Amino acid sequence: MIKTALEDYKDMIHRCFRCGYCKFTSDYSGFNCPPYTKFRLETYSPGGRMWLIYASLVKKEIEWTDSLSNILYTCTMCKNCVEKCRFKFSEDLVNIIRAAREEIVERALAPPKVRDFLENVDRQGNPYGEPREKRSDWSKDTEIKRYERGDEFLYHVGCVGSYDTRSQDAARALGDILLKSGLSFGILGNKEECDGNEVNMLGEAGLFDLLIEKNIQKFKDLGVKKIVTLSPHAYNAFKNDYPKDFEVMHYTQLLRDMIKDGRLDLSKRKENGFDATITYHDPCFLGRYNGEYDAPREILNSIPGVELIEMERNRENAFCCGGGGGNFYTDFMGSEEDSPARIRVREAYDTGAEILVVACPVCLTMLNDAVKMERLEEKLKVKDLSEIVREICNL
Amino acid sequence: MGEKDRIYKSLVDIIGKDFVSNRQEELYIYSRDPGASKSRSVDYVVMPKTVKEVQRIVKLANEEKIPITPMGGGFTLSALVVPVHGGIVLDMKRMDKIIEVNEKSRYALIEAGVSEGALLVYLEKNYPDLQHSVPEAPPTVTVVGNALIHGHGHISPRYGINSEMVNGMEVVLPTGEICKIGSSSLSPYWFTRGPLPDLPGLFLGWFGTTGIVTKLSIKLFPKAKYRDALAFSTDNIDLISNVIFKVTQIDLAEDFFLIAQEKPDWMNHVFFIIIVSGEFEEELELKKELYKKIFQKYKGGKEIKLVEEIHPALRKRFLDVPPFAAVAADFRKGGGFEYTGAILPIDKVPEAWRRGIEIAHNYGMTYSYVHQILGGHSIMFGFNYSFNRADEEDAERVRSAIDDSNKVTLDLGGMVWKAELGGQKLMLEKMDPNTLDLIKRIKKLLDPNGIMNPGNWGD
Ligand SMILES: Cc1cc2nc3c(=O)[nH]c(=O)nc-3n(C[C@H](O)[C@H](O)[C@H](O)COP(=O)(O)OP(=O)(O)OC[C@H]3O[C@@H](n4cnc5c(N)ncnc54)[C@H](O)[C@@H]3O)c2cc1C
Ligand code: SF4
Repeated sequence: MIKTALEDYKDMIHRCFRCGYCKFTSDYSGFNCPPYTKFRLETYSPGGRMWLIYASLVKKEIEWTDSLSNILYTCTMCKNCVEKCRFKFSEDLVNIIRAAREEIVERALAPPKVRDFLENVDRQGNPYGEPREKRSDWSKDTEIKRYERGDEFLYHVGCVGSYDTRSQDAARALGDILLKSGLSFGILGNKEECDGNEVNMLGEAGLFDLLIEKNIQKFKDLGVKKIVTLSPHAYNAFKNDYPKDFEVMHYTQLLRDMIKDGRLDLSKRKENGFDATITYHDPCFLGRYNGEYDAPREILNSIPGVELIEMERNRENAFCCGGGGGNFYTDFMGSEEDSPARIRVREAYDTGAEILVVACPVCLTMLNDAVKMERLEEKLKVKDLSEIVREICNL
Repeated sequence: MGEKDRIYKSLVDIIGKDFVSNRQEELYIYSRDPGASKSRSVDYVVMPKTVKEVQRIVKLANEEKIPITPMGGGFTLSALVVPVHGGIVLDMKRMDKIIEVNEKSRYALIEAGVSEGALLVYLEKNYPDLQHSVPEAPPTVTVVGNALIHGHGHISPRYGINSEMVNGMEVVLPTGEICKIGSSSLSPYWFTRGPLPDLPGLFLGWFGTTGIVTKLSIKLFPKAKYRDALAFSTDNIDLISNVIFKVTQIDLAEDFFLIAQEKPDWMNHVFFIIIVSGEFEEELELKKELYKKIFQKYKGGKEIKLVEEIHPALRKRFLDVPPFAAVAADFRKGGGFEYTGAILPIDKVPEAWRRGIEIAHNYGMTYSYVHQILGGHSIMFGFNYSFNRADEEDAERVRSAIDDSNKVTLDLGGMVWKAELGGQKLMLEKMDPNTLDLIKRIKKLLDPNGIMNPGNWGD
């Protein structure tokens, strides 16, 4: 039997008291665990999951069932529990979930939608199962070129930005801004491959290792030293799971730096400023995973006319859009009224903002769909920060 | 269709499939709690949203003679929400509306599933001058569950235990009638439980065996602007009762508890913690000075020492509402914690203190105490035990230690608070037979088919 990561946690999982701090925001004003908020049964709380993982995979008191899979895979890996659990082992909560998933993937017990996701990545390098040859279609009518040795940055777009029609626009927007700023960069085009962040979150350790190997080889062959990512998910994988052979930035960090050192000037771009009230949604893989809360806000605040209104739940208390951990594809959370994305969109709308800004292609597609479901599209626009910046730059 | 499938379908007909479960996973989680009690089986988990749904579920259960166990946070640690005879666990947490706060008459009308955390934050945001009595339990526990078990909170030493703060309730009786109790039975205001026959007593302390509370009005109290903690310590256990008496002779403390721990050594003393509060800074200072004066009287301050510098982490623990008391569950890196909450006469504290240490040592544990003084008349004396959930022998040790602590409690003339089945049995055995008979008659009258959390307070 292959030793999975769960082995490393088997003396820790039972330490969860099921006390429920992990369900809340930090002031207990609301529930902040996406699946618990929707399902409300204790089984769907982080503590419930810990107890079930322990009972099924460690103590082997209960059978593995489809509903257990569902409980495990509704977790969006948003890390709210890590942030809110008061115990010393809190840092490992999502690692335990991931390790449990690894175990069930290993035992071929993963739900069909997860299997599809993983097989698609394996075959086509993306979860949608779209042909590899179409990966760069989003860039067709742009001047964005392929990465060449010597370019300063590799622009890694990721699967969602490459294939999801709504997010493709964000991918183009960022490309346009980078072109305009004169940065030397390029994309891998059809040679780009999934970074594997979600593959890892879904528990396919072997495939994730393979993706790392392939990507690293490609980066080495091309002499890549710096990567800028559209997606915080890719940023997270590159920064925390890949060998430290290159420097990686999320695009909000790069744009923030470019504003600071004068390479990008948003203050003079539009005569009358932007004149919009904006609320910003923190993506989990940028915020809670990597502590980057300021860069996007600094960019927004540097735009004349922008009034930034915070949602009640922001920064480390931000409520996940529900798309993390592969849920943007597997959709274990559904799209009913109580789905996280729709709850989040209503929260954004309640601020009175006209635009809900995100800095993640996954959040963009999730929240964009939710706005439509809520019939709020006339009142609240969902935009990626890259699209806002492009607009300011009159591109 | 089998019997169980038929009942399941009827439950789904009442509230829809999303909030009814007979799946292995929910049955597993709801068949145990974070205390040391052994698991017991559950047949259905149901999460109603409205009082009408509760009523229909109760009527169904009554017709079909299926046990129902109402559940709030499920955090008594004594498995009071784990059914003794299977049946339905009615998780009330979706009934989570704060319906009304009456500022001038100082009460909040809430649904049964409102958590301590939710009410705390709601008041902080909307009525910053008012507060309710918050237990040290995790914020996910319910205000109603806590009041129904005669719980106690951070202002109980001043205002009484939390069941005394109940102004009235809406209850679904075991036979399905919806009944209002207190002023709300004849007025739109939920401001007092009397002057009427004191019917809330039919539901307080009964562990859900007499009906399901769907709404409850809880008293709110002034929240002072300034708060501070004073700590005094002694090694003379025999002084404790006298000190409690003296401290409660002047009615100036908001909270008053005793704390001690065998490890680390510097915690191995008797600490008296007094929380004072005031609308004005001068008031706060005056209260602090007066308490210092009382303690000075003990051999000029030699026998009981003022802790001049309270460690910041401890000060936080004393002043936080609620504090992170659940940390006890990780003392042995095992995720398990249970305590006998002994309600004792004040003069029995020194003996309980010594016997509690003996019990802990008998089971190879170190002692750890937090006891809250309840209004100067009694004390909630916690015999606390942390354990390793992964180690059945360790859990068994704690079950035995709890049993010993229950026996000591009764031996000392006390009562076991929120007792698990074993503790209840000991109390029922010791109880005046006519009292026991009265309990049985009341249960029979309200719940002729014995469907409400049967097995608690006798069968
Ligand atoms: C670390 C820690 C510290 C604690 N500190 C304190 C403390 O300082 N003070 C204190 O009082 N307690 C304390 N507790 C004990 C306990 O957690 C609390 O009393 C808690 O408030 C109980 O509420 P609950 O919602 O969990 O009740 P539950 O366990 O859900 O229910 C308690 C009882 O009431 C019944 N019940 C629940 N809801 C209803 C309803 N709607 N209708 C009818 N019956 C119902 C249940 O069947 C059960 O018998 C502590 C616990 C822990 C773990
Ligand atoms: S994960 Fe942490 S906060 Fe959540 S129930 Fe377990 S111990 Fe409590």
